[in-house]
Parts: sequence; C-alpha cells; structure tokens
Amino acid sequence: MSGPVLSVENLQTAFRVGGQWRWAVEDLSFDVAPGETVAIVGESGSGKSVTALSVMRLVSAANGRIQGRIALEGRDLLALSEEEMRKVRGNDVAMIFQEPMTSLNPVLTVGFQIAEALRYHRGLDAGAAKAEALRMLDKVRIPSAKTRFDNYPHQLSGGMRQRVMIATALACKPKLLIADEPTTALDVTIQAQILELIKTLQDEERMSVLFITHDMGVVAEIADRVVVMWKGRKLEDAPAAQVFNTPIHGYTKALLAAVPKLGDMNGHARPLRFPRIDPDDGKVEGKPMEQPDTVQAAEPPLLEVAGLTTRFGIRGGLLGRLQGQVHAVEDVSFNLRRGETLALVGESGCGKSTTGRSILRLVEPSFGTVRFGGRDVTGLGKSELRDVRRDMQMIFQDPFASLNPRKSVGSALAEPILVHGLAKGTEAQDRVAELLRKVGLAPEMHVRFPHEFSGGQRQRIAIARALALSPKLVVADEAVSALDVSVKAQVLNLMLDLQAELGLAYLFISHDMAVVERVSHRVAVMYLGEIVEIGPREAVFSDPRHPYTRKLLTAVPVPDPSRRALRRELAVDELPSPIRKLGWQAQPTELVEVSPSHFIRQPTEAGRAGTA
Amino acid sequence: MSTSVHDAAPVAPPRLRWLKATIGAFNANKTSWAGLAIVLAVILAAVLAPIIAPHDPLEQNILSRLQPPYDDFYLGTDYFGRDILSRLLYGARISLVIGIASTVIAMVVGSLIGLLAGYYGGRFDIIVMQAMDILLAFPSLILGLILVAMLGPSMENITIAIALTSIPSFARIARAPTITVKERDYIGAGRALAFSDARIMAGHILPNIFPEILVMASLWLANAIRTEASLAFIGLGVKPPIATWGGMIREGFENILDSYWLVLAPSLAILVVVFALNVLGDGLRDAIDPKLKGER
Amino acid sequence: MGPGSPLRSARDDGVRWKWLRRSGQPLQLLLQPGGIMSAFLVKRLGFAIVTLWAVLSLVFVVVRIVPGDPAQVILGDQADAAAIAAMRTRLGLDASMSEQYFSFLAGAVRGDWGVSLVTGRPVIQEVLAVLPWTIELTIVSLAIGIVIGVPLGVWAAVNRNRMPDYVTRIASLLGLSFPPFVSAIILLIVFAIMLRWFPVISAGQGSASAWFQSMALPALNLGLIMAAYITRVARSAMLEVMQEDYVRSARAKGVPWWVVIWRHALRNALIPIITIVGLYLGILIGNSVLTEIVFNRPGLGKLIVGALNQRDYTMLQGMMVIYTLIVVLVNIATDITYALVDPRVKLS
Repeated sequence: MSGPVLSVENLQTAFRVGGQWRWAVEDLSFDVAPGETVAIVGESGSGKSVTALSVMRLVSAANGRIQGRIALEGRDLLALSEEEMRKVRGNDVAMIFQEPMTSLNPVLTVGFQIAEALRYHRGLDAGAAKAEALRMLDKVRIPSAKTRFDNYPHQLSGGMRQRVMIATALACKPKLLIADEPTTALDVTIQAQILELIKTLQDEERMSVLFITHDMGVVAEIADRVVVMWKGRKLEDAPAAQVFNTPIHGYTKALLAAVPKLGDMNGHARPLRFPRIDPDDGKVEGKPMEQPDTVQAAEPPLLEVAGLTTRFGIRGGLLGRLQGQVHAVEDVSFNLRRGETLALVGESGCGKSTTGRSILRLVEPSFGTVRFGGRDVTGLGKSELRDVRRDMQMIFQDPFASLNPRKSVGSALAEPILVHGLAKGTEAQDRVAELLRKVGLAPEMHVRFPHEFSGGQRQRIAIARALALSPKLVVADEAVSALDVSVKAQVLNLMLDLQAELGLAYLFISHDMAVVERVSHRVAVMYLGEIVEIGPREAVFSDPRHPYTRKLLTAVPVPDPSRRALRRELAVDELPSPIRKLGWQAQPTELVEVSPSHFIRQPTEAGRAGTA
Repeated sequence: MSTSVHDAAPVAPPRLRWLKATIGAFNANKTSWAGLAIVLAVILAAVLAPIIAPHDPLEQNILSRLQPPYDDFYLGTDYFGRDILSRLLYGARISLVIGIASTVIAMVVGSLIGLLAGYYGGRFDIIVMQAMDILLAFPSLILGLILVAMLGPSMENITIAIALTSIPSFARIARAPTITVKERDYIGAGRALAFSDARIMAGHILPNIFPEILVMASLWLANAIRTEASLAFIGLGVKPPIATWGGMIREGFENILDSYWLVLAPSLAILVVVFALNVLGDGLRDAIDPKLKGER
Repeated sequence: MGPGSPLRSARDDGVRWKWLRRSGQPLQLLLQPGGIMSAFLVKRLGFAIVTLWAVLSLVFVVVRIVPGDPAQVILGDQADAAAIAAMRTRLGLDASMSEQYFSFLAGAVRGDWGVSLVTGRPVIQEVLAVLPWTIELTIVSLAIGIVIGVPLGVWAAVNRNRMPDYVTRIASLLGLSFPPFVSAIILLIVFAIMLRWFPVISAGQGSASAWFQSMALPALNLGLIMAAYITRVARSAMLEVMQEDYVRSARAKGVPWWVVIWRHALRNALIPIITIVGLYLGILIGNSVLTEIVFNRPGLGKLIVGALNQRDYTMLQGMMVIYTLIVVLVNIATDITYALVDPRVKLS
C-alpha cells in the first residue's frame, strides 16, 4: 500500500465568538490509511466534530479559520480554491451526519438527492444518474428501491433516511467517508444495522472511514485505530485494542472506567458505584463498591401499578375530531419497593417515558390503577394529588431544559418548599443550602443562574429540586442520557448515594442497557407500550427469555474490541409504530413466570389459537 | 470535570442582570439605540408641546393662510392660517396616546389569549386560534375603518378599534413561544411539584416569553401609529379641529397642487416615528431571536 | 437571552408528537386511503366556509349594535316618524332578529345584497362595477412585490451582516414604515406634479398606454411596500433554512453554491414565504383603499369610503361580504400553492 489516504498535520481550527477567536482544535495530527477505519472519540467540546467539518472545509469562512495541512492522497485541501474543493466534496471525500431526520431535504425526492451528486461530479444525464441511484439504494439494502426512489424523506423512518444518506455519500465512490455520530440519534437495534452496513460497504468499496463518536461501545465495534481528543487536543492515537487494553493517558483511563460494559455485573447482586479516576494522572480513587442492600423487601410495595394504559388521541380535521390513537402504554403492571430501583428499558416509542409520566399523572392514564403507599393515585382530585406529589418526584433528560433560565438556582429550589409551606424565610434558605450540599454543590451557588452551570451541575440541581419535598419515589426519565460519559458516571454515583442515604425508590427510565445493568435491582423491558419481560436484573441480563430482549441485548455495542460481535447480518428492521386506528384491539397476552419473579409476556392460549 | 465546587464568582443581583441583558440586546444591533433616541425625543416633544410650541395649534390667522415657512411659523401655516409646527407637536400627542393605549390593550388581551390557548392546548386552543385566524385574515385597516365608522370617531373608539385589529397578532406571538416553553422539562418539574397552573403560567412561562412579546409590541406600536394616521386620512380620525398627523395630511391634500409642503411635514413626522420604532424593534428582535443564534 | 440549548430542537415537541415524528411515517399511514391532502383541502375549505359565516355574522351584529336606530341615523334628526318606519321596513329591521339574520345570510349567499341607500342601484352591481379595478391593481402590485422582494431577500440572506444585507434591511424597514397614503402622495408629488411624467388624475381606459399611465403609480406604490414586507420574510426564511442540516448535506455533496441556494434552500424557504405573503395580502388590500383615494382611482376602496361618508349601510354590508370573499379565496389559493411546494402536504 502507498501512503495514507488522509493526512492531517498540525490542524488548528478557530471560531470567532463575540469578536474573539477561540480555538476549537489545536495542533492535531493524524493519518487515515487506505481501507482503515479511524475513530475520533471524545466528549462534547473535544473538537471531534469540528475536525470532521474542517476536513470537508464546511466551516464558515466568515466565522471560522482553518490552519495547518489536510492532505488527501498528498493533495493539500486547504490550498484548493472553493470551486476545486467543491469538486472534492461528495466525490473524493463524502460525509454523513448525526441527524438523519433533518439531513435530507424535505422538498426533494430521495432519489433526486442521491442522483444529484452523480450529476454534478460524474456529469451523468438524468436517466443514467437514476439508474446509478437505484443501484445505490439496493446497495444500502433499502427494500423495493424503485418505489422508494420517488419517496420524499418524510415517508421514511430514521434508519431508512440514514441509509439514504449513506447511499448519497457513497454514490461517487469516495476514497474517504467521514461519519459524524451517524448512529447517535438512532435506536440501538437500528444502530447495529447501520454499523454493519457501513462495515460491509467499506469492505466492498475499499474505502477509508473517519468515524466521529462519543460512544466507546461503537468505537470498539468499528474502529481499527482510535484518536482520543479532549478540549481540542489529541491525547491518544493508537490501534483500538491498545487504547482499550493499555491506555496511556489518564483521561483515557478515566473515560474507559466511566463506561459501563454490558456483562460487567455478572456476579454482583446489587448496583455498583463507578470508580473515580483522576483524569490527570489516571489514578483510581476508589474501588467500585457494591451498594448496601437498600431494598425494603419486608414492607408492602411503595408503588403498585396495575393494568396501566395510556392512549393519546390523534385529532385532525376542522373541529379536531378523533382520527386515531397512539397506544403509548398498554396494560402495564409492576410493583416497586422502598429503596429499590426498577429500570424501564426500551427503544423510542416503547412507552417507557409515558409510563413514568402517567404514574405521576403528568399525563392522564386512560385505564388502570396506580397505588402509592396504598393509596389509589388515579382517582385523586387536585388537592389530594398535591399531597401525593410531595412523595413522588421526577427528574428529566435535558439538563438545559430542566431549569427555568430566568430563575436563580436558590429561588428554583426554594419555590417548592415555599409553595408547599414546608418552611419559610431563613429556614427555607437553610434547606436550600442543605439540598445543594447534598448533591455535591456549594451552598453559595444559590445566587447563580442555570446558564452559569455545566450540564452535569444542572442535572445535580434538578435532582436537588426533586429532593426538595423529601420524596419517597423518584422517576428518573433518561436522567443521565444527555450527559457526557464521565459526568454521567458521577451523576449515577450521586443517585446511588442518595438511594443509600435516603432510602429512595427509583423508577429508572433509560434506553441504555449497560447503565441499566449497573444501577438497577429489577428490570422491565418495554416494547410497543407493553412490558414484555420483567424480573430481577441478573435474571433478565444473564438469561433473557423474550425474543425482543435478546435482540436488544445483542444489538448493544460492547466497549471491548475483543468481544466485537461477528454478526454480519444485514437485516432491515423497522421499529413498528404504536399508532393505531380507532377501535384497534390488541392480541390478548399474559405474563408467564419463567423463573422466580421473572416473567415474560406471551400470547394467551386463545390468542395463539386465533393467529394459528 | 471535578465534582467539587468552583469558586463562587460574584454575581450581579437580579435587577441589574435584567438591565444588563437589556443593554446587551440593544448593543447587539447598535441601530436600536438610534431608534430608541428618536422615539424618546418624540415622546419628550409631545409631552412638552404646551411649553415648546410657538403658537396655539387651534389659533386661526386668516391673514397668513397657506404660507410657506416664514418668520416664527417655522413650518408655514395651513389653510386656516394655523401654525403647522405647533399642530405637529400637538398631533404627536394624539398619535402616541392612541398608539400606546391600543398597543397595550392588544398586548395584554392578545398575550393572555395566546398564553392560555398555548398552555391548555387541545380543542380550546384549536377553536380560539381559529377565531383569531379569521380576524387575522381580514384586512385590518378595513376592519378598523368599519369599526370606527360604526362606533363613531372618538379617541376611545379609535383606540379600541385599533386594539381589536391587533389582538390576533399578539395572540399568535404569545402562543408560539408558550408552546415551546411549555414542553421544557422545568414546566414538567413544576407540575410534578404540584405548582398551580396560574403559578406555572405567571412565574415560569410568562417571564420567558415576555421579552419576545415586548419586542413585538414596539413593532406593533409602529403599526398602530400608522393605522391611526390612515384612519384620520380617510376622515375617521379624532374630530377636527384637533390636530392629528393623518388629519393634517388630509387637509393638506386638498391643496396638494399649489402648496404641497402642507403634507410634507406631517408625512415626515409619521415616517420618522414609525421608522424609528421599526428600527428599534427589529434590532431587538434580532438580538433575542433564538433561531438565528449559534450560527457557525 | 433565551436558552440556546443544543438539545432544544429535539425536545421542543411534546410527548405526543414525539410518537408521531419518531415513528417515521406518521399521519399518512393513518389517513390512507386518499392521503393527507384530501384531509388538508377539506379542512381548509371548511375553514373558509366558517370564516365566511363568522364574518357575515360579525357584520350582522356590528351593523345592529350601532348606537341608535340605523334608520334614524340614515335619515338624520329631522326625519318624521313615518319616514323612519318606512326606512325600517326597507332595511328589514321590523322582522325578528333571527328572521333578519337568516334572510341576511341567505341573501349574502344568493348575491342579493340589497340596494344602495344612496344610488338605489343593487349593491352587487355597484361592487362588480369597480371590482376589476381593485383586483387588477392588487395582482400587479403583488407581482411587483414578489419579483423585487424574493430575490432581494435571498441576496440579503446570502450576504448576511455585509453591506448588501445592511442596505436591504434599512431599505425594507423604511419601505414598510411608509403609511401607504404618504408614499402615494410622495409619488404623486414627484412623478405627477414635479416631473409631470404621469397625469394627476387619469381615466385608464382605452389604450394600453392609458392603462399603464393609470396603473403605474398606484401599483408601484403598493408593490414597493409589498416588496419591503416580502424582502424581510424572504431574508429571515432563508437565514433560517440555510442553517438546516440538509443545506449542510447539500454542500457536503459538492453541488455548486447557487444550486444549494436556489434549489435546496429557497425551495424550503418558499413555504413560510407563501404563508406570510397570503397574510400580507390583507395588508395589501387595506393599503389599496388609501392608494385609490390618493390617486383618485376607481375601486373597492373608493366605494367603501364613499359609503362610509354617506352612511350607506347596505353598501357597507355588501362591501364586507365581498372583502370576506376575497380573503377566503386568497386563503384557498395560498393553501393550494403551499401544497404544491411542500410535498409533506400532498395533492392526492
């Protein structure tokens, strides 16, 4: 083989922010060899995406500046004129992006968008470009390509759109494909399919791939070589196995220690704290400790959910007539004890969030009962609900949206205390200070406003607010999903500590199987609004019985290149939609106990007879 | 990265923060300052009209009719020999009072409608906003014209008519951000904490959408002043002989062929005020528009 | 100001809409067969009918809440009781409210809008006589507005925060600050009085040059104001669209920059532009009233102002009906254009 396909030397990219130039990438050098997959991995603000945009020269000329040398097969891209660079984009180097839902032009057909690159770079006429585009649709395994060609993007699912993006990118047979978090917005089963597709096409086309991601699991799955970036600089650049097994830099060690691995929990009965590693020298500051036994098994359950069903009407027409229903939650039942963590896992649209919101009655359930401390919550009026809500609180996903930007942290934390008349004046202020201390923040911070805090700190504040009324149950709706890996581990540790200290029960809603395995006592897997499998964590993870659970678990990328799954099956599955016409009836099912306290959902005898 | 505490930097108290944010919004597009200066100057002139006007605006001077600017009639005289500059100063009062009053009424009523519709959603939202759309679709000048003609051209009626025509716009302006803010998690958290709807709307949603509404109000004030002048020009303004800018143009228009400077002064006055308000509002809107932020 | 969270777009919609969006093929699946457009058109047509009905009812109410007896108002204070009674009969005011209401609605639908109290001729004839003048003026002005406004807005957006942008923004702000009668008067002073390129009052009938002479200034006046509005909408729509991911995708594909702007960006920007131009037609129609007065041009504007001055109530009622009809038709036209541009709203 000859020299590298891409050679980046001393790359510096700066953006002008409020009249000042700030470096987003500093002194970065790396190579991508022919046929090689190089992953750039880092947390937010590491400069990994800016690196990708710099290679494509898609950084705006007015507010951005790129220096250094970016050589594609020896040709310096930074020295090209804009017109010459245009001929490189999509032709020699192609790029796919994170958000397949918004990356395709909504007013142009899918086929046109694939053919477009061919027409400008290859000079093909409309007919030839169409034939080639159809071939590309086949290549990315889109079923019935001929009809899909004339579809508009809104007629395709997220996974399908990402396939179209890949087809567009590969249409001109580029030497290098840059993939910027291409699977981050996708569900885990779809992610697995897209990763397989990229790997397969890479082999077929013999191209190089520069893969940008924050997900160590995805890195382990796909990368030959890994570049670790932190705050615009390169910390590590080595073959994948080496980075995972013998990381050099302390930050890399800390990062890897903070990533939960599926299967790590074999042999542990209870949730496990994450070790703390100093990112500067890589020293481990505390062994991963198993949590004390917090579950109050002797007491009656704190929360009993039975037959919970939530449907949303879809209205349309002039007067908003009911036209269909989203069957968000269907016949969900479970119990939760004091000090216990029950995880609700599933992919988008499975109804896990709505289940949490229905229990708190943030959305009104259609049927079923929710008993909290022996009291039926579903029938309560406004003032009684107010009392119950002191004991049930919620924390949300988005740290940027979970705090009112116009309220200081102190007043945000004091508000529930004052509204519920728990304390007044200086006593309330003392409570606020105590809450802040409890979540690891300084009490003096109460005068600050949300925008002065980082994402992890905001999530701590949101937790403090939830704790303001001393609840017994906290519903955590993807509470750590938006956080960077290292911050995520710290917030999870905090949640575990609070559980041990206060005996909280958590309903832990998440799509992240590895995190769920780490922190929960019991797990419920949801699919299309139903719980398809529920049981003790160890039973569900080591002995999954429902086919959907198995599929979900095999799809999770494991951050260990030696366990890289050799699947190579290019199934094209879609997540089915929970939207049904009015009057739709579910097939009758029942929960069957497969091992102690471990249930899976199966069609009833009658149901099986009906479909047979 | 660290879990521990950062040193607590001194933070401005809330009131000063608000002021700083406002100044920041003005600085984002410096032409806003120019707009503000002109608007304030006009308001000042209107307030001080009795002191600074060289003549009584109603005083007729038959001997010096239709004079071009001379002596102490700095802008000349009209058909009845009244001093145009003095009429202009007094006319500013009418324009500003009707404009500000109608905009405030429309802002309060419209924002309330938009806030409630956006917050409660559902059928209530659909029906209310469809009614607003109907009003919005109708040419507002013609609606105002009919209303004033029916109610009679008094200052209150003109104010009400102009307010009515801009209520739907404010409802729309308030509704859109309400829906966005409503879905933020801190609203969900507030509901989980059993805050009442009124507290959530007044304490959590309104402060977040208020800057947007206020900025739009400056643009609608420009529109209200223009509408008032248009009504007066058609003959549905405050009754003569009270001076209004639109009315002055209407009277001057009859002598357009020989003394067209009669319409020039009030025309320029309207233009300058409306333009200043538009510059002010437009600059501020640019500064607070989240959609155009974070551009690479 | 304002929370600029990177996650905002993903979380803006509520739980319910999350379902619709994530599930890929949202409403189409649900509303087949017939697709979404039939539903869309039916909905918009329904809306048009409701609008018509609502405005008619409003007119009916407004005319009847006028302080005092309309008959008295029309005839003046000196009129005797017999004359007033006769007038009441003529206006149909002695029937019960519901009878009046239904005969008013029925008349409106049938085109029987009563006779003018001033001329004695049927209102509909008076209206139809001047309607073409207004329609003609509106269409030409709209065309001027679009032809100037859209390219100018695109140009400003492409050159954001550079000289062309500043100039365009100031010019368009100035344009929409002009009360239409002020700009009309200035055009009149400059081009008709000072330069004498156009007559102050022109008949506009007969030859093409006469038509042009009567059309030029009024259409220029309305068209330039419209252009100011459209420029601003086009600019902000383009700015927004140009930040979209799909525009970045188009650039990453290596299509030429003008293709990115005209095909990828403008096609999408047209969607908000059309919506707002539809709304601005209301402003245009309102402005045409003032323009017709200044240029002394026949049309609905002159008719309505005449009716107002002479307290011709039946004429006013008829005018309201015709304006509402125009608004409704404009709305439908907007919706159809909208559907043509946006494939997500498909014509079946």
